Amino acid sequence: MDAILLQILNGLDKGSAYALIALGLTLIFGTLGVVNFAHGALFMIGAFCAVMLSRLLSLSYTTIDPDRTDFLGNPLKVETPYVEAWFGPETGAAIIDWSVPLAILFSIPIMAVIGLVMERGLIKYFYKRPHADQILVTFGLAIVLQEIIKYFFGANPIPTPAPDVFAGSFDFGAMIGMDPNVIIYPYWRIVYFLFAAVIIGGVFAFLQYTTFGMVVRAGMADRQTVGLLGINIDKRFTVMFALAAVVAGLAGVMYAPINSPNYHMGMDFLVLSFVVVVVGGMGSLPGAVLAGFVLGILESFASMAQVVSLLPGINQIIIYLVAIVILLTRPRGLMGRKGVMES
Amino acid sequence: MLGLNKKDSSLFLLVLLLVIFAPFLLNPFPENSELAQFNAGYPDLMQRFLIFGIFAIGFNILFGLTGYLSFGHAAFLGVGSYAGVWMMKLLTMNVLPAIIISVIFAGLFSLLVGYISLRRSGIYFSILTLAFAQMSFSLAYSVLTPITAGETGLQLALDDPRILGVSQVDGTIPLAHFFGLNMRESYELAMGGWLFTFNAGYYLCAVIMMIAFYVAIRIFRSPFGMMLRAVKSNQQRMNFTGLNSRPYTLAAFVISGMYAGLAGGLMVAMDPLAGAERMQWTASGEVVLMTILGGAGTLIGPVLGAGFIKYLENIFSKINDNILYEWFSALPTAVADVLVFVIHPFIGKGWHLTLGIMFMLIVIFLPGGIMEGFQRIGKMFSRKKKTATGPSGAAPAPAE
Amino acid sequence: MEILRVEGVNKSFGGLKALNNVNFSVQEGTVHAIIGPNGAGKSTFLNCMIGRLAPDTGTVMFGDISLTGMKPHEINQVGVSRVFQTPEIFGDLTLLENIMIPAFAKRDGDFALHPFRRVDHDAEIHDKALHMLEDVNLAEKKDMVASSLSRGDKRRLELAMCLSQDPKLLLLDEPTAGMSRADTNNTIDLLQRIGDRGITKVVIEHDMHVVFSLAEKVTVLAQGTIIAEGKPEDIKGDPRVQEAYLGGAHL
Repeated sequence: MDAILLQILNGLDKGSAYALIALGLTLIFGTLGVVNFAHGALFMIGAFCAVMLSRLLSLSYTTIDPDRTDFLGNPLKVETPYVEAWFGPETGAAIIDWSVPLAILFSIPIMAVIGLVMERGLIKYFYKRPHADQILVTFGLAIVLQEIIKYFFGANPIPTPAPDVFAGSFDFGAMIGMDPNVIIYPYWRIVYFLFAAVIIGGVFAFLQYTTFGMVVRAGMADRQTVGLLGINIDKRFTVMFALAAVVAGLAGVMYAPINSPNYHMGMDFLVLSFVVVVVGGMGSLPGAVLAGFVLGILESFASMAQVVSLLPGINQIIIYLVAIVILLTRPRGLMGRKGVMES
Repeated sequence: MLGLNKKDSSLFLLVLLLVIFAPFLLNPFPENSELAQFNAGYPDLMQRFLIFGIFAIGFNILFGLTGYLSFGHAAFLGVGSYAGVWMMKLLTMNVLPAIIISVIFAGLFSLLVGYISLRRSGIYFSILTLAFAQMSFSLAYSVLTPITAGETGLQLALDDPRILGVSQVDGTIPLAHFFGLNMRESYELAMGGWLFTFNAGYYLCAVIMMIAFYVAIRIFRSPFGMMLRAVKSNQQRMNFTGLNSRPYTLAAFVISGMYAGLAGGLMVAMDPLAGAERMQWTASGEVVLMTILGGAGTLIGPVLGAGFIKYLENIFSKINDNILYEWFSALPTAVADVLVFVIHPFIGKGWHLTLGIMFMLIVIFLPGGIMEGFQRIGKMFSRKKKTATGPSGAAPAPAE
Repeated sequence: MEILRVEGVNKSFGGLKALNNVNFSVQEGTVHAIIGPNGAGKSTFLNCMIGRLAPDTGTVMFGDISLTGMKPHEINQVGVSRVFQTPEIFGDLTLLENIMIPAFAKRDGDFALHPFRRVDHDAEIHDKALHMLEDVNLAEKKDMVASSLSRGDKRRLELAMCLSQDPKLLLLDEPTAGMSRADTNNTIDLLQRIGDRGITKVVIEHDMHVVFSLAEKVTVLAQGTIIAEGKPEDIKGDPRVQEAYLGGAHL
C-alpha cells in the first residue's frame, strides 16, 4: 500500500510536466492545427529563464575589505550582489534564494513574446502547408533554439536550487498516519504538483468561463463556421499560441530545481509529451492532462525495483509501449475526438 | 542501358563517373595551399558521403514516394550496425557477411516496426516510428547492454572467436577486409602540388552505392513505384481502385529499412564499431533533412543532400576563429573582429545551429530542395533565352 | 437478372435514422437512378453499398457475393467501381498514369510487387490507358498533371479511370453536380456511349434532366425510406414523389 502511494507520488512531478507540455501542444494543435515540434524547446527556455534570473540576481560588485586577508595574505575581495546592496543583506539574500519562484513573473512576458514572435513570424505561414512541413520547420526551429541556449549557457546542466524553505524532504507517510520514514517526499515536488494543478485549472477555467475561451473552444470544434460568424479567429489563436508558450515556459521554470536545466531537456520531454498527446487523444485537452499524469505515474511504477528485476528495462520503454498499444487499439487515444487528424 | 531509359541511363552514368573520379574532383586545391582545408577528397569523408547517400536514397523511397514521414529510420541503421559488428566478432573480418547480415536484420526489424506503425497514417505514423526508435535507443543503452555494450559502444576484441577467420594477428585485432582486400588500404597519387587518395573501402562503398542507386531507379520506374506515388497522391482513390495500400507502404518501409541497414553495415565495414547514439532521433532527423534538402521524391536529390550536409558538417566543424582571422587578414582589425564575432556562433561546435537554420530556410523557401532550386534556375535561363530569341522589334512580351 | 440486391439495410447516426429498412435491386445491364431530396439518405446508401460505411443491419449482395464487411479495395476487385461527387483522382500524377493505375489493379490484383518491371514497357496497359483517354477526349493532355485539369475534365478522367477496369457495376454519385448545361450534356452523351459496353450503372442524381435522359428505372428515396420505384415516366406522375421531392410543384 505505502509502496503504491509512494510510486504515485513519485510519478506526480514528471506527470505534471508531461501534462503541462501536452496541454500546450494540444492547445496549439486544436486551435491552429499545427504540429509544433518546437514546444519542448519552449519548456527548455522556461527552465533557462530560471537560470537567467538567478544569474541576474546574483550579479555582484567587488569591494576590497582591507581588514581581512585571504589565505595568501592579500586583502580580501568581497563580492556583494547588487540586490543585497540595494535591499539590505537579509532581504537581498532572500530574493536570491527565491529566484526560481520569482522567475515565474520574469518568464511570463518573455515566453509570451517568444510565443507571439514564433506564431506571427513563422507558424502563421504554415497553417495551410502539409503536416510534414510543419513538423520539419518546427523541428528545425527546435534545433536552432536549443543551439542558441547551448551557445550562451554551455552544454552542462546548471543546478538551480529551490528556495531553502523547500529544500529537503518531509515525511508524508507520518503525516497521513502511516509508519514514519516510509514515504519521504521532497517538498519541491509537492510544490510543483500544486503549481501544475493551479495552471491547468487556470487554463481550463479561462477556456470555460470567458467569452474569449468560448470562442476559442468553438473555433477548435469548427473553425470555418466560427470564422463565418465574423469573429477574427486568427487573432485569438495567436493569443492561444502565446498562452501555450507561457504554460510550457512556466512548466520549465518550476522544473529547474527538480532537474538541472540543460540544453537538450526540451527534446527529451518533447518526444514523451507527443506520445502523451497521442495517448490522450489529439485535440482533447482533458485527455492530454489525464494521459500526462497516468503515464507519469505508470513510468514511476515501472521504475520500482521489483518490476525492473522482473522485466529489465521496462521503466525506459513503458510510455512508448503504452502508446503503441493505445494507438493500435484506440486509434483516437483515450479521449480523442472524431475527425481530428484523420484524412 | 541495363534496362534504364535514356534519361535515367545518362543520370546513372553521370553519377557513376562522379563517384569514380571523386578522389580527383573533391580535391581541387593543392595540398599546401590555404584552400586545402576545403578539400573533401580524403577516404573517411568520401565514404561518409556514399554511406549517407545510401541511407537517404532508401529513406526517399519511403518518404519521397509514399509521403509517409518516418522519424525512426536511424533505428534501422543502428540495428544494422550492431548486427554487422557481431558478424565480425563471431564469424570473420570479411565485410561481406557483415553487410548482408546488417541488411537482413534491419529488414526484419523494419518489418516489425512497419507492420505496427503503418496501421496509422499522417502524424500518428511519424510519432509511432519515433516512439519505436526512442524505445530501441533506450533499450540499447540499458537492458540490451550485453548485446550493444551500452554507452561504450560495441567494439571488436582480441578474444572474439571469429570462427571462419582468425581471432587475432600478432596480438592485434585483424583488419576488416573484402576477400583479402584491406578496407584501409589506399593508393596515394602525387601530381604537382596535389595529392589524391584512392581508398579500397571507398571503392567498395562506391560499388554498393551504385547498385543501391540502380535499384532505386528501377523502383521509381516500376508499377510498384507508381503505386507508391499513388499512395501519396490519393490513398482513398487508391483503395476504391481496388488496390490494397497497406502492403505497398509496408514493402516501401521494409525496403527503405534495408537501405538503412545497408548503410549501417557499410559504416561497420569501414570502421568496426557501433554505438547507440546512431539510433537517436536526431540522427533520424538528419536523414530527413538530407532528403528534403536534396529534394524528396527525386532520384538524385537525396544523394546530393547527403553529400552537401556531410561536407558542410566537415567544413563548418573544422573552422575556428584563428582560421577566420586568417581569411579576414586583409581587412582592418576592427572589421575582422566584428565579422568573426558574428560568424563565431555558427562554426566549430555551432555547426548544429547552422544546420537548424538551413533546415528551416529550406522548408520555408525551397520545399522541393536543391533539385527544385536547379529547376527554378533552369526555368529562369530558358525564359531569358526565349525573350532573347523572340522576334526583335516586336512589342515586349507580357510579363509571365 | 439481378446484379445487385440490397435487403433490409438500416443505418443510424446517433439518433438520426439515415436509412430505414431499404430493399433495393438492380437488373444487370440497366441504368438505375436513385433520386430524392437533400438529406434523403442517397449518399449514405451509396456508401453502405461500397463499403465506406458499414450498415447497422441488412445485407448487400453483388451476384452471389456479400459486399457487407468487405474492404473498399476488395469490393472493387469483384467488379464494382465508383465515381465520387467531388472527383477523386491522383492529382500529382499524369493523366496517363491515372488511368494506368486502375488498369494495373484490374490485371495484377490488389497488390503486386514488381519493383524491376518498367511501367513504360507494359504495352498492354499503356495502349489500354491511351484508348481510354481518347474515349473521353483527354488524349492530347495525357502527360499533364491531373490536378491542373478543369473540374469537368477531372470528372471525365475519373470516369475513364473507372471504365478502364471494365467494371460489372458502376456507381455514380451526382456525376454532373456543379457542371454547366453544356458539360452536363457532354457527360450524358458520354454515359450513353459507355452504356453500349453493357456496364450496369447506378446513378445518384439531382438533375431531373440527367435522370430522365439516362435512367431506365428510378428509385425515389425520402427520409431514409424508398417511397416509389418504377419507370421514369411513371415516377414523373407519381403524386407521392411530387409531394416528397418538390413539395407538390409539378415537374
